Amino acid sequence: MLATTIIALLVVMAMALTRALLGPTIYDRILAVNVFGTKTVLLIAVICFTLGKPEFLDIALVYALINFVSVIGVLRYFEFRSSNGGEVMDD
Amino acid sequence: MIEQIVLLLSGCALALGCFFMLSGAVGLLRFPDFYTRMHAAGVTDTLATFLILGGLMLLAGWSLALFKLGLILLFLFFTGPVASHALARAAQHSEWKLSGSGSRGGKRGPAEPVSAPAEVAEADALNTDRV
Repeated sequence: MLATTIIALLVVMAMALTRALLGPTIYDRILAVNVFGTKTVLLIAVICFTLGKPEFLDIALVYALINFVSVIGVLRYFEFRSSNGGEVMDD
Repeated sequence: MIEQIVLLLSGCALALGCFFMLSGAVGLLRFPDFYTRMHAAGVTDTLATFLILGGLMLLAGWSLALFKLGLILLFLFFTGPVASHALARAAQHSEWKLSGSGSRGGKRGPAEPVSAPAEVAEADALNTDRV
């Protein structure tokens, strides 16, 4: 079951990455990157149990912290951007 | 006996988590609008995280790994909705408003002008009936 979970996680991460590359707006990309980061945390946790090394769970914890802080930071950067700035960013 | 039941429960939790995760990813990839995509991703993220980490906690038993998994679960429970809220708030403050009143207000904008003449036509039909 752990191998199936790893495969499903990899498929989901590939789909999130596709949305991040396709996304028409910057918010689609941020959403897809957020999903990607959350699934990375889960992937690290599942890989820990597959390899039988629970020490790697610290890496998953730190990755969850970094993911949250980076998403909030990027959103603060893009939050009150004017429409002209949005046009420039789309280009 | 109990170990087999725990293994079965963890397998069920992992399988359910995989299903919700895949459905959320399909929604993220296929839905037409940003807010619908955020709905699909944000709702399934929390449930799939809970199910997968719960399955791993059942596998871990009483150890330090259980405590660390609990910490990760608690942290993701708090940060997932907060990130979704911040994302929706930022999108609502931008030009991509939900209401469809803006100039680029989304693809659901044409639905209202299409439905409005139909209502006017119905009203006209009612008026002519009365007349």
